Amino acid sequence: MALVKEYIYQLLSEIPDPEIPVISITDLGVIRDIIIIDEVTIELKITPTYSGCPAMKQIEDDVRKKLIGQGFTSIKINTVFSPPWTTDWINPEAKERLRQYGIAPPEHTTEDKSWLTGKEKVILCPRCKSKNTKLISQFGSTACKALYQCQDCLEPFDYFKCI
Amino acid sequence: MTTQEALFQYALRLGDTNLILGQRLSEWTGHGPFLEEDLALTNIALDITGTAKSLLEYAAQVEGKGRTEDDLAYLRNDRQYLNAQITEQPNGDYAKTIVRQAMIDCFDLYFYTELAKSKDETLSGIAQKSIKEVTYHLRHTTSWLIRFGDGTEDSHNRAQTAVNELWAYTGEMFEMNEVDAILIKEGIAVDLPAVKLKWEKHMSDVLEKATLVKPENVFMHTGSRKGIHTEHLAFILAEMQALPRMYPDAKW
Repeated sequence: MALVKEYIYQLLSEIPDPEIPVISITDLGVIRDIIIIDEVTIELKITPTYSGCPAMKQIEDDVRKKLIGQGFTSIKINTVFSPPWTTDWINPEAKERLRQYGIAPPEHTTEDKSWLTGKEKVILCPRCKSKNTKLISQFGSTACKALYQCQDCLEPFDYFKCI
Repeated sequence: MTTQEALFQYALRLGDTNLILGQRLSEWTGHGPFLEEDLALTNIALDITGTAKSLLEYAAQVEGKGRTEDDLAYLRNDRQYLNAQITEQPNGDYAKTIVRQAMIDCFDLYFYTELAKSKDETLSGIAQKSIKEVTYHLRHTTSWLIRFGDGTEDSHNRAQTAVNELWAYTGEMFEMNEVDAILIKEGIAVDLPAVKLKWEKHMSDVLEKATLVKPENVFMHTGSRKGIHTEHLAFILAEMQALPRMYPDAKW
């Protein structure tokens, strides 16, 4: 069973995030558990990144398509909320791929609460790695991103919010 | 009233409050004062509507009569809605939208922090998720509220007018009825008077920083716990429900 589980995880790791195709849904950390009930029945526990993230439905559809293609006929997908998703679950290698794609990955960990007291984080420009960047908007093109601009190379860029 | 009925009503009240607020806020989409604020309000509306979906889905499941979250959202009329009246108030100018949102974000932060301790696993999970989002929203709306209050004479006056108008709808957020009594006994619901103390302290601090005056001895509107609303709700529903009511078989 453990082998089957590993195999399923491998299959799911081939599914790209619908909005940020350089990382997979397993990189993102939204797959919380895989329960194999019998040869054709499987239950997945997934957790949303943001409550209203429109990509979640797409992810569910992609997961179904992938597993049905592998002979599973009954796929149950349950949404779980606890523990809540955190960017700490994105692995370092995926963070590097985000950076290469032009999205600054989440800086530090969510344990660091200094921003709550007004201390701004230093976000590195994903293009030229300059520390001289400024926040343009706390909200960006998707729920998970904020908008920054590099003051050196002048490139505007998305920052993957650290939550 | 059984615990199950109370839980249904409770999830419905929380779901409706989020749904109507999300719908109201999304009216700003494409009409924000500038691009970044347009994105901000659209993002906040999306988070809130997402929370509404989770809560209404749970309400439907608790009720156990085969209704879905879409049935609850689209096929009830205004008197069956339990959202707090503050959420249905018109957006007004940007100061009013920000003041309303800061008041609700602040309530949500303390409310969800308590609800996260609920013995009901689903409500606790949804609350844990929402705390992160609401903290981010509150930071944004508070910074604008302070900027408006401590800004120009015009922005100060607009912010103060909004505070005065909306304060009368804040009392209702803390009202409790039989539903709360039953669920507090079970360790499921939040004791609202305790949240009120924290909310008042937080709002007083923010208003002081914004050089705005906190209204005292204000008449408080009431009624949403019984499905009584201001005239604005029916208009929101008319727009929101038009498509599924006209084309009951529509899929999206």
